[in-house]
Amino acid sequence: MLEISQLKASVDGKRILRGLDLSVKAGEVHAIMGPNGSGKSTLAQVLAGRDSYTVEGGSIHWQGEDLLAMSTEDRARSGIFLAFQYPVEIPGVSNAYFLKAAVNAVRRHRGLPELDAMDFLAKVKAEMKAVGMKEEFLYRSVNEGFSGGEKKRNEVLQMALLEPKLAILDETDSGLDIDALRIVADGINRLRSPERAMIVITHYQRLLDYIVPDHVHVLAEGRIVRSGGRELALELEERGYSWIEREPAAVRPAEGA
Amino acid sequence: MTAAQSWAEAFRERAPSLAGAGLPWLAETRRRALERFVAEGWPSTRNDAWRHTSLLVLEHEQFSVPEAGAAERGAAGLEALVRGLREGDDGHWMVFVDGRYAPALSAPARLPSGAEVLSLAEVLETAPERVEPHFGAPEDGYSPTALNTAFAADGAFVHLKRGVVVEAPIHLVFVAATERAANHVRNLIVAEAGAQGTVVEHHVKVHDEPALSNIVTRVDCADDARVTHLKLQQESERAVHLAHIDARQARGSMFASHSLSFGARLARNDIVTRFDGTGCETLLNGLFHVDGKRHVDHHTRIEHAQPNGTSREFYRGILDEAGRGVFAGRIIVAPHAVRTDAVQRTDNLLLSRQAEADARPELEIYADDVKCAHGATVGRIDETALFYLRSRGIDEERARNLLTWAFAAEALARIGVESLQRRARGALLARLPGGTALDRALEELQ
Repeated sequence: MLEISQLKASVDGKRILRGLDLSVKAGEVHAIMGPNGSGKSTLAQVLAGRDSYTVEGGSIHWQGEDLLAMSTEDRARSGIFLAFQYPVEIPGVSNAYFLKAAVNAVRRHRGLPELDAMDFLAKVKAEMKAVGMKEEFLYRSVNEGFSGGEKKRNEVLQMALLEPKLAILDETDSGLDIDALRIVADGINRLRSPERAMIVITHYQRLLDYIVPDHVHVLAEGRIVRSGGRELALELEERGYSWIEREPAAVRPAEGA
Repeated sequence: MTAAQSWAEAFRERAPSLAGAGLPWLAETRRRALERFVAEGWPSTRNDAWRHTSLLVLEHEQFSVPEAGAAERGAAGLEALVRGLREGDDGHWMVFVDGRYAPALSAPARLPSGAEVLSLAEVLETAPERVEPHFGAPEDGYSPTALNTAFAADGAFVHLKRGVVVEAPIHLVFVAATERAANHVRNLIVAEAGAQGTVVEHHVKVHDEPALSNIVTRVDCADDARVTHLKLQQESERAVHLAHIDARQARGSMFASHSLSFGARLARNDIVTRFDGTGCETLLNGLFHVDGKRHVDHHTRIEHAQPNGTSREFYRGILDEAGRGVFAGRIIVAPHAVRTDAVQRTDNLLLSRQAEADARPELEIYADDVKCAHGATVGRIDETALFYLRSRGIDEERARNLLTWAFAAEALARIGVESLQRRARGALLARLPGGTALDRALEELQ
């Protein structure tokens, strides 16, 4: 469903991704790990369509379409969801309005009738309960004054409401204590399904105790330098990233793999 | 003939037929006011307080006070407009067409005893002694105020007796019906000790032709009175709107001004309050939107003349295309006005490269033991927030509107009355592309 080939991208003139290949099929959960600055968040932002990142080469095919030709909003409507590492505070916009506008934008695109206020509130309240969010968060401004954990729950809530085909979770574990992490991970696990793929970006293997991936990739200097199963994450936990960085060429997967 | 000379000629012609012309004190006030205007003319940009706002258009374009009877003719066909405005808001509605009270369009509500909302022209005929102490002097304000003083003959006279509380807003609607009409309206709001009320001025358009509104609203707050004034300006984009809002506050009183400026090619608001007693409070709140080559100017002056006064001042501007916004806020703290607490903020959101905002705080502090904070910002739409909204499927136009709305929301939230907040929101969003749909959606989730 997602084919990334030789992706090169830069920000502020600085090359971050240097020929990244990744293939994701429906139902799979891929973990992307790597040291700081390896390009993990850049990948997430490029997939979601952030225009401050410049794609300098390579291609991304998404459900048979050229993803790079699609606007940010069209990507979202076609089923790509990015859970932000740093969810954005928007004072003055109520969470209820924001969530409803998002849900209906996606529903319109899918040919579904828009939800009216009543149906929307019923749906959102049920989902909020599932991620342990109090109703008052509906009437507060988007993420404004939310704690780190509350912001991440709000991301998982959005994901549940928008029912994406591909969810990209960018360092969703950062800044969370173990209880918050468990709640957020439960929320994510509930959304795992054979139709839905996930890319879980994380620096630590800790999150992968809760969200068990099918594939683990190691990103270093803008390329995937090693891919494997879940055991790769455990190995990284034990040995750190430096052993991979020291011998990237030797462990680099074959082109087009 | 200069503009001032033609106004002098118009005055010679019209003064004898203005309401209250037979009152010696008023005739003298008007004569001296005209003299002042003729001497000064329209303020020029050489005048420091007007250097960003040129009234040159008023030198070149002719505006005139409509003939008697024009208001009656103009009133025909305005029922639908007034009905639309009144929708969902019963309250007390008083309508002025071309500056004259139009009883047929008005809908007075039952007011508590001790509260009166009258036409100034009527009071000048029936009980001028009630007007005289509040009318104002030829020296007040800048020269446009003097021209208003020379010609003003109608407007609202709102009198709240001691301790009277009027809960529902009192709505005053001003419509320029005649093309190139110059409407010199004067509103007087008199709140006796402990009285409370809210007065809303709606300045609306019925055509897209040029017009000149030259409005003076004077507010007298006696001890412990609480007066809220809201001006919603939605005039024609070819109109010039000049407003002077002048409050005097006695001990323990509260005055709030909300200036919402969404129409007119040029709008200048001079908003002044003076604390004549200890423990006064004021809130000056403003929000404007300009696009095209439109221009909005707010000049404020808060005189902390007595101790223990609190003032809060917040102006926000949304500037699109080649729109221009000006803010100058003067705060004067007299030597003995100790324990003054003043906050002044102005924030501008630029939606285009050509838009321009000027902000100038002018603090004159002659007392020790005062708290005085001020700040000014000029910014653009937050690209990160825009990306966040779009990454949730919200299209770019709507996301921009939503963020523009969010910027305005803080100003609108300061308007305590919910029905007025909703009105102001609708008026703002009507100016943004796709804003009407956003207004409906926000309404639904209230």
